[in-house]
Amino acid sequence: MSSYKLDARNMLCPLPVIKTQDKTAELKRGDTLEVVCTDPGALNDIPAWCRINGHEVLDTRETGDEVIITLLVS
Amino acid sequence: MTTPRKAVALISGGLDSLLAARLMLEQGIHVEGINFYTGFCVEGHTHAIRKKDKKKPKRNNALWSAEQLGIKLHIVDIIEEYKDIVINPKHGYGANLNPCLDCKIFMISKARQWMEDNGFDFIITGEVIGQRPMSQRKELLPVVVRESGANDRLLRPLCAKNLAPTLPEREGWVDRDKLLDFHGRNRKPQMALAKQFGFEDYASPAGGCCFLTDANYAKKLADLWEAQHEKKYELDDIMLLKVGRHIRPKPNYKLIVSREEGENKFLSGYRKNFTHIETTSCGGPLTLVDGDVTEEDIETASRIVARFSQGKNEDSVTVKITHINGDEKTVNVLPMPPSEIKQEWYV
Repeated sequence: MSSYKLDARNMLCPLPVIKTQDKTAELKRGDTLEVVCTDPGALNDIPAWCRINGHEVLDTRETGDEVIITLLVS
Repeated sequence: MTTPRKAVALISGGLDSLLAARLMLEQGIHVEGINFYTGFCVEGHTHAIRKKDKKKPKRNNALWSAEQLGIKLHIVDIIEEYKDIVINPKHGYGANLNPCLDCKIFMISKARQWMEDNGFDFIITGEVIGQRPMSQRKELLPVVVRESGANDRLLRPLCAKNLAPTLPEREGWVDRDKLLDFHGRNRKPQMALAKQFGFEDYASPAGGCCFLTDANYAKKLADLWEAQHEKKYELDDIMLLKVGRHIRPKPNYKLIVSREEGENKFLSGYRKNFTHIETTSCGGPLTLVDGDVTEEDIETASRIVARFSQGKNEDSVTVKITHINGDEKTVNVLPMPPSEIKQEWYV
């Protein structure tokens, strides 16, 4: 199990979701992925994408202009 | 027990595709959604760049639809491949720069490829005969079927009874009697069906999903092509067309002037790629300069930027010009009076 980070800053929806989808496809069950975005919509969309695809959102937080979503590949 | 047949549904995020997929789920079909991202998709988030729009709910409607349906959604980036559709549409443009028929053919063709690669049996769409002037005219639906290569594996559940039976119907994978006969632009049947299924808060029923149908956006894209002397674009080009005031004082350059704080933040992500101008003696817009400019052009640009700053009525506004190579220069300029900013400069 490993931890990964994805830079999706300066991308507008749905690109952060697409990047998350594509990165997750490369990972193994139990890996975690931290996605850093500047589009605040990602705070809704990445968790929605996780729910419909069976991944678990471990944490969401906002720091300044960035939103950070950490998910567990399930 | 037989394995359920599998359909891939084109999910735009609108009501029709939501209903079409739901009708298939009702018939026991395994449905997964596919959504294509062209770069021109209208999303709440694009509007949410602007701070004033940030109180509106932000969601991706295709993801929302999939969640309502309880199905998987595959979002596919087709930005690069889609360029040829926009630049060279075989069937031409609609009212603006919208290549709707070519777009539909292309997306169904991509869905067919996905269907074949993933062992699915057929494709469904939310198309309704006569609903849209270009891509959903009765005489053009067979063109989509043929040119996409989907042939009789393309099922349109909302209007199937107005069309010849497709393979899923003939083979009994789906019950044709339970399909619908919607037609035309009247949205009431869709709304009634949405109510029956308990769908509320769905995306605007007649809402367009593509910036290329928007006259103002299309005008900016046409201007970009004219300035480049070539029909071409990169993703950043078409994203920037969605943001700010676009002002072209001369053919060799244009200004992208942010209109408020949200756009300022968004444009600041592009500062390294453009010569840009900011006011320093007062609040003002971040402005990107797109094109090759002379010193005289920079002076004109600075005066325009000052015009849109909080110092617009002052005798002098200080602006900082940062060239694309990183060189910085600070100058004082007289804000350009509105009468000098020609209407035809506004793209």
